[in-house]
Amino acid sequence: MELTQTSASDLAAKLAGREVSSREVVDAHLDRIAATDGVVAEGDVWSARPAADEGGDDIRAYLAVTATSARQQADEVDARRVAGEELGPLAGVPLALKDVLTMRGAPTTCGSRMLEGWDPPYDATVTAALREAGVVVLGKTNMDEFAMGSSTENSAFGDTRNPWDLDRVPGGSSGGSAAAVAGGLAPLAIGTDTGGSIRQPAALCGVVGAKPTYGTVSRYGLVAFASSLDQAGPFARDVADAAALQALIQGHDPRDSTSVPREAPDLQATLRDGVQGMRIGVVRELQGEGYEPGVEAVFAQALDRLASMGAEIVEVSLPHAPYGLPAYYLIAPSEASSNLARFDGVRYGLRVDAPTAEEMNAATRAAGFGPEVKRRIMIGTHALSSGYFDAYYLQASKVRTLIARDFADAYGQVDALVSPTSPTVAFGLGDKADDPLAMYLNDVATVPASLAGTPAMSVPAGLAPAPDAPDRQLPVGLQIMAPLSRDDVMYRVAWAFEQETGFVPSPTGPRALAATTQEVAR
Amino acid sequence: MSLSEDEVRHVARLARLAVTDAEVETLAPQLSQILGYAEQVGEVAADEVPATTHPFALKDVTRKDERRPSLSRDELLAGAPQVEEDRFSVPRIVAEEG
Repeated sequence: MELTQTSASDLAAKLAGREVSSREVVDAHLDRIAATDGVVAEGDVWSARPAADEGGDDIRAYLAVTATSARQQADEVDARRVAGEELGPLAGVPLALKDVLTMRGAPTTCGSRMLEGWDPPYDATVTAALREAGVVVLGKTNMDEFAMGSSTENSAFGDTRNPWDLDRVPGGSSGGSAAAVAGGLAPLAIGTDTGGSIRQPAALCGVVGAKPTYGTVSRYGLVAFASSLDQAGPFARDVADAAALQALIQGHDPRDSTSVPREAPDLQATLRDGVQGMRIGVVRELQGEGYEPGVEAVFAQALDRLASMGAEIVEVSLPHAPYGLPAYYLIAPSEASSNLARFDGVRYGLRVDAPTAEEMNAATRAAGFGPEVKRRIMIGTHALSSGYFDAYYLQASKVRTLIARDFADAYGQVDALVSPTSPTVAFGLGDKADDPLAMYLNDVATVPASLAGTPAMSVPAGLAPAPDAPDRQLPVGLQIMAPLSRDDVMYRVAWAFEQETGFVPSPTGPRALAATTQEVAR
Repeated sequence: MSLSEDEVRHVARLARLAVTDAEVETLAPQLSQILGYAEQVGEVAADEVPATTHPFALKDVTRKDERRPSLSRDELLAGAPQVEEDRFSVPRIVAEEG
């Protein structure tokens, strides 16, 4: 099998058995990136082609490809292996990092002109953990600007395309990471999820993506969008790989004051125990109106599969879940308006000169932020402003409590909850770009678990026709949710479901499976 | 609720965002629509419910007050758009006394 179509655990086994070197694996991925991702493959750090070059048949998952440092790191891992050193389980395996996490030696832009050309002076804790484990970072992936969006179209550096159909979005905000894993541009990726930004693109790209329990993975070096919701997590082609990657990056970090100071769950011990005898709840409020019939059909089939494996399927209610999305779109913009105040033209990134400090701030922010970021800053500023705080932010934070209680009640009856991850399959580029509220509705099923802080993931469940092109079959994700700090239960259900479903991510887009071995100057 | 164009300008000023007339014209209906949707939270009876800001009841986290390595001044200033005499440089904020 092609090195760029192989799962991380298979690659790790080949590496451990010295069948292949990390350098060979990394070079195979760099070759494919150079051939299919629309980058300028020159210099130590390859950059994405300018947005003006859009319209080709490239995936455009990466904003920057750290070719030289990736090769160096691969060579180091190979040398350590030859020397007989004990290496971590994913040592030498390549990975794509969302451009919202800092890494020394490459720019961190968050998909924004505001940070264009900014070289962070430190590694995020997640990045440091990956380095320590010998995981090779291939580059930084495209995203909606400051992680605000559900299609990756809000990036200041152009869109990313869904490898299943290059005229469709990959989802977002971690669309670059999802597309990289689906398109054979990395076997593993890191994304971040605030209201669904890992799970929804995973669903739309037909890969596995998990949002750990809030506080499980350090936010140090993760450029903040909504601090009480942001959480980094894994993308992979199968559940075991995702669990292995989360195991590497999770754990308490004293440098993140919201990091939970306790042992992270053991994700491996019960991974393969199956769902026999488990009670799995179907959330009544996360289906029906607004969900495409094709998505609902795949979801119904998923429930049958879980039942056939011995799980007891029961319907449960999260009565306040319908208020999740309205609450989220007050809480997240409020926190964003506060967090993004740091982009003031003084300490990093862009500055537009003006005679006074206030005019300089305002001109810099007007030039540096795109339309969606401005909208959210405005919503948040309004929601926090005098006279509106109680009705908006405070009320939303109370609704958040009620949603968390709903989940706690539900988990008194069942071990895990399921729903469709996204109400739709991948939609066309530009289809929702002019209607912010329609775009927000993508998050309807993912936001409740975000507000509760509970772990949730998306696993490929099958294919459904696109409503606008019925002969086009696109991936549908099953969302699996579990109680706080029970990420192990979530992965256990996901692994069992994956065995029964037998879904192999095989995008059908024109460049997705085209074996490409175009030689690149090394 | 609906936001007037004047209110949009006021919020933009609070947010330190320079907005053009065209942006104000676009933002007023968009923000009104989004806020109108978000206002559904008001339908929930939650007077007696405490607000949640973090899924775990964490207390303030402090560290020991002791010296430890940190980033150097030069590394931190390297990312700044304007630096003068090893400091961040900004336009004058306080008016000179006449």
